[in-house]
Amino acid sequence: MRYMMMHKLDDSNPALWQPTPAFIERFGKYMDEVSKAGVLLAAEGLLPSSAGAATISKRDGETTVVDGPFAEAKEVIGGFGIVQVRDQAEAVEWARRFADLFDHDIEIEVRRVSEYEG
Amino acid sequence: MSTPGTDAKSAIEAVWRIEAARVIAGVARLVGDVGLAEELAQDALVAALEQWPAEGVPRNPGAWLMTTAKRRGIDTIRRQQVLHKHLPALAGEERLDDPALEAVLEQEPIEDDLLRLIFTACHPVLKPEARTALTLRLLGGLSTDEIARAFLVPDATMGQRISRAKKALTDAKVPFELPTGAARSERLASVLEVIYLIFNEGYSATAGDDWMRPALCGEAMRLGRVLAGLMPAEAEVHGLVALLEIQASRAAARTGPGGEPIMLLDQDRRRWDRLLVTRGLKALERAEELGGGTYTLQAAIAACHARARTAEETDWSEIARRYAQLSALAPSPIVELNRAVAVSMADGPAAGLTVLEPLLRDKALRGYHLLPSVRADFLFRLGRLPEARAEFERAASMTRNERERTLLRARAEACG
Repeated sequence: MRYMMMHKLDDSNPALWQPTPAFIERFGKYMDEVSKAGVLLAAEGLLPSSAGAATISKRDGETTVVDGPFAEAKEVIGGFGIVQVRDQAEAVEWARRFADLFDHDIEIEVRRVSEYEG
Repeated sequence: MSTPGTDAKSAIEAVWRIEAARVIAGVARLVGDVGLAEELAQDALVAALEQWPAEGVPRNPGAWLMTTAKRRGIDTIRRQQVLHKHLPALAGEERLDDPALEAVLEQEPIEDDLLRLIFTACHPVLKPEARTALTLRLLGGLSTDEIARAFLVPDATMGQRISRAKKALTDAKVPFELPTGAARSERLASVLEVIYLIFNEGYSATAGDDWMRPALCGEAMRLGRVLAGLMPAEAEVHGLVALLEIQASRAAARTGPGGEPIMLLDQDRRRWDRLLVTRGLKALERAEELGGGTYTLQAAIAACHARARTAEETDWSEIARRYAQLSALAPSPIVELNRAVAVSMADGPAAGLTVLEPLLRDKALRGYHLLPSVRADFLFRLGRLPEARAEFERAASMTRNERERTLLRARAEACG
């Protein structure tokens, strides 16, 4: 089964989006570990919304596009990884190790990915 | 709702499945025997299940398990040394003094240990079924019960198979080493074969089977990726990974709502898993850069299908060319039969019949229903209906699959 791990960062705090060399080092080791364990299928890091973002919404049949969300002191997704694991506990363990890399407070959401079950 | 106790247990078991192979490998380097190493690692898991719920999960749980298991290994070695103290030291038998034993605890786990473990579990002194079971047990961290369910055998049978396999390795004094020289490629072939066997066992699971069976596909892919990380310069490791990823990408499309099989060309390609296809094509590219081989060629054939958005867009000439390369590298009448089909799709049924011609005299295919079935299809497409009918009927009488027989009879009828 697959799970998506998503970590959330405060969009209005630029410091959070500029990883320290120490973090980059720990992150590299983690990525190496999770890839070599054969569980990582895909991963991307996202930029804060100031780097490019739009929100498309449809209300009462009307579709609108607005730039942003821009820094309104809210949490946005900072990046995601898709892991192929044997159960949720394993996805949680990989997410726990990921949380351990950060110096600051962090929240990671782990969600099951919809896929065919044989 | 699960109770906090079972949550803690499943969290520890998750850590175990992630770390088991490395712990067993690290301890095996110390004690020189994978069976004993596995028992010691299991002891460490039991200790974790006792201690972690009360004391909390350690910051580095993998290192904790490794140290605990190694300590037990050192205790075992010391006991044996005391036992044999009065005996003259056997030739070649090392005696580790205390500082040397303690230094073992400080050693960083090394990747070669994991690779040694894979090669040992897939050692040719073991029968293929023992290799697959031991690989899942030692590398996959699967319980005997899970492996038994996956292979549709009773727990006791699987337990025996695994303990016999461990004993066979000990009896044969299989060293915990990486094969070198000429043995290396042969041993690697055995490792790849085991991974492919595990995958195929999972892929042959049908609706209603225990979920552990299809889960074997995931296990095989994970093992393949682990191996690709450990042996990044081996073309065929990437070739096998590519083949597995592309084959697995079709899992959702290959059966209908009633569980009936859907042939490749009839599958709804929108249901193919794009993520796995992309990964497969990337692994194939790596494999081809490194020189390829038989798995790589099979992956390349699978990739021709994966790249075609519709069945009509399939590049059959390329597939026929790949089958010809595969035939040259590993001659087999089955490969030739597949090549005949590809040639017929690329250049027409008459060209297909020409490829089929020498196979009609091949003893290996005598009694194999797909030969007359393929030939019948070519004859049908050429409008040689009476011959086609006879061949379809012959194929129907040869197959043991009821569904297939019905299909072949219907095609015979359609010849008029």
